[in-house]
Amino acid sequence: MYELRYDPQICEECETVDCLMRCQYINIDLEEAKKERQKIIAGQDSRVLHECATCYACEEYCPYDNHPFYLIVERQEQLETRPVPIPIVKQQIKMMGPRGQIVPQKVSAPVINMCFFPMLTGSIRGKLFEGASTIAGSDIFCNIMWLHFAKNSVIRERLPKMIDNITNYYLKDSGVDEVICFHDECYGAYTKLAPAFGIEVPFKTIHLYEYLTKRLWELKDHIKPVNEVVAYQRPCSNRLIPETQHWVDEIFELIGVVRPDREYDRENALCCATLIRAMQREELADEIQNKNIDDMQAVDAKYCVFNCPMCLMTLREMVEERGMTPIMMSDLCQIALGESLWG
Amino acid sequence: MKDVYQQLVSIVGPAYASNHPEERFFYSRDGGTMEPREPDFVVMPKTTDEVQQIMKLANEREIPVVPMGGGLVLSGLSRPLKGGIVLDMKRMNRILEVNETSRYVVVEAGASQGMLQAYLKKHHPKLKHSVPDAPPIATIAGNVLIHGSGHLSAMGGFHTDMLNGLEVVLPTGEMVRIGSCSTSPYWFSRFPLPDLSGLFLGWAGTTGVATKIAIKLYPNRPFNDVIIFVTEDPEIVPDVIHRLSGVAVAEDILAWMTPKPVWAHGFQMLNVNYGADSRRELTLKRDLLRESVSKYIDEKVGGFMPLPPDMKKRFLEAPASTLAVFADVNKGGGFEYVGGIMPIELFPEAYRKGLEVASKHAVTYSLGARIIGLGHCMMFFYAYAFNRADEADVKRAQQALEDTNGMVLEMGGIPWKAEAPAQKQIINKMHPPTYELMNRIRAVLDPKGIMNPGNWEVS
Repeated sequence: MYELRYDPQICEECETVDCLMRCQYINIDLEEAKKERQKIIAGQDSRVLHECATCYACEEYCPYDNHPFYLIVERQEQLETRPVPIPIVKQQIKMMGPRGQIVPQKVSAPVINMCFFPMLTGSIRGKLFEGASTIAGSDIFCNIMWLHFAKNSVIRERLPKMIDNITNYYLKDSGVDEVICFHDECYGAYTKLAPAFGIEVPFKTIHLYEYLTKRLWELKDHIKPVNEVVAYQRPCSNRLIPETQHWVDEIFELIGVVRPDREYDRENALCCATLIRAMQREELADEIQNKNIDDMQAVDAKYCVFNCPMCLMTLREMVEERGMTPIMMSDLCQIALGESLWG
Repeated sequence: MKDVYQQLVSIVGPAYASNHPEERFFYSRDGGTMEPREPDFVVMPKTTDEVQQIMKLANEREIPVVPMGGGLVLSGLSRPLKGGIVLDMKRMNRILEVNETSRYVVVEAGASQGMLQAYLKKHHPKLKHSVPDAPPIATIAGNVLIHGSGHLSAMGGFHTDMLNGLEVVLPTGEMVRIGSCSTSPYWFSRFPLPDLSGLFLGWAGTTGVATKIAIKLYPNRPFNDVIIFVTEDPEIVPDVIHRLSGVAVAEDILAWMTPKPVWAHGFQMLNVNYGADSRRELTLKRDLLRESVSKYIDEKVGGFMPLPPDMKKRFLEAPASTLAVFADVNKGGGFEYVGGIMPIELFPEAYRKGLEVASKHAVTYSLGARIIGLGHCMMFFYAYAFNRADEADVKRAQQALEDTNGMVLEMGGIPWKAEAPAQKQIINKMHPPTYELMNRIRAVLDPKGIMNPGNWEVS
């Protein structure tokens, strides 16, 4: 059930092996990349399974949408290569598990899905979110994070249930058929991950940035350009949905901020490294974070803009120490609308 | 007894001596499970001289005296088992001297942890003391005198090890100074003199009344971090502790095992707190700590929790506020624990038996261990929360505590700040000449047996 939709022939015929050749964390030449790719297809152990930083980027690099990353995770689990120590995985599975506390709730559009981050519900305020309902909690957690833990099995087990919960506890009886995903992870889970595993998603999913873009156009007369330089922290889950990136640029243009070219932005973005720490690869995590923050500082960014709450929690302190202001995208938009972030 | 009351009033003033039922009720109990015992008088002295006058009066009239700090010991040590005077030291709360260079502080015996913490933060921000996981009103002296431990114990050992000197009023009313302060204007050490502090440490107030105390202070570093090692195999924990503590950079190592929240159940977590003067030093220390347990990380049987800085804040608090939450988890505010001082190799057995006791008595439990020194021993705690308004719940906790004390002794550990019944269990296991020596010392210091009678006694 929920078999990965992966075509080995596509990979076997691929001459460029972009998934591995473009990887920021594995140093490999084309000849070896082809050999390692074959091992992975054949279900054999490969250095890739051990060195993968689970940054999701190969999902973006693959020109055929053939899900090389999902296959790597599949093999890591099958071969028990265990990128993360066993007790840490078990503990996280318990920590992030559904608590069964969900109750039916009438919602009205727009419905903002805050995923596992109810503490960010306070961000849903002001003109941008007038009349919005929010949903959040462990019982609607998208569970995409298990890609970092070699646990596709947990995704298979939990994601369908979460989709049912959103449908049955919130949308169905409210006559609503779409949710706006506050976090890239949810949007990636429902639009890319779920279809890749044949999991049906009965509701329409809107990316937060699409919603914000639309609202900012509607509120254009209220916008006072922020006139600052920003650095954008692109989260790992956005690698599954690169087609949403243009909204980041559109929003920045609308609110009058500049996103200068950086070495570690866009397709070359670096992850926040929290999950690399889960793999106990502290030195790599330090290196990534330092390179990333140095790069942000080099363009004199005033704000470091986040989509992912975990990226924010991870990098906030470092960003502040370097004199930048960490901020969620929706909060930055509210500044542009002249709204106070503190009520 | 009326004349005794009048004499106490004449020593401390009418506002600070009482024989009223309200005070006698209040001072008859603590937060634990021990039965209340009412005093005849409650007195709050302000000076050492007043303490001396009270002790002379009590000695002359053979009235029991129970010294009390914050009253938070939980094992009933400040309950007056044979009535008499409770000597509440909280008015003697001045911070007398901070020596920045030689890193020590002299305080009166009623000065609280919270006061000193706030004072240092304001006036000497580069220094800190070892804070126990107790409410801020717990006294510094009280915690030292019971052989407490705290947030710097991996670095400095028991709080007794951090003791530089004492001023004590003997049961017969004389005042003595212990340590360098007996010979020098400085309170820098207990040494190189004969160390008489042992006459007053761990005796549960049966040998004298401490009125001043000097303790060591430590650098309060600007950069601080905590890493949390997780495993589900208690058998490896002693070696993990041995390795982590052996690096000698941790300020505090604290194991915790609890059934709630659900993600903690079945795991052993080890918080390792450390500080540094720079980010670079902090990273170096982290790497050294991680390297020390790389064997277990490589075997995938343990590792460090991936916690973003925001999530670490509560693990960097001293005292830990989460303990207050546990203390009231059953509501009704009842909370007591057995702290078994024992070698770290007993960790797996201590853990398993703790679960057995909790299961047998169906009590709400939390287990843990504070590491003392470089893994030299640990204070393994078995904490039980109960609803004070529910007699059956109190009884369950009481029985669990009794069983736990027995179990700790059987394993080769020793219950810390033991309740009077547990003291008897310890005495029964103690080398008899040791107990005889204790009694001889006590008879010399307290010929009329007025100091906290009922403690460290067989009958």
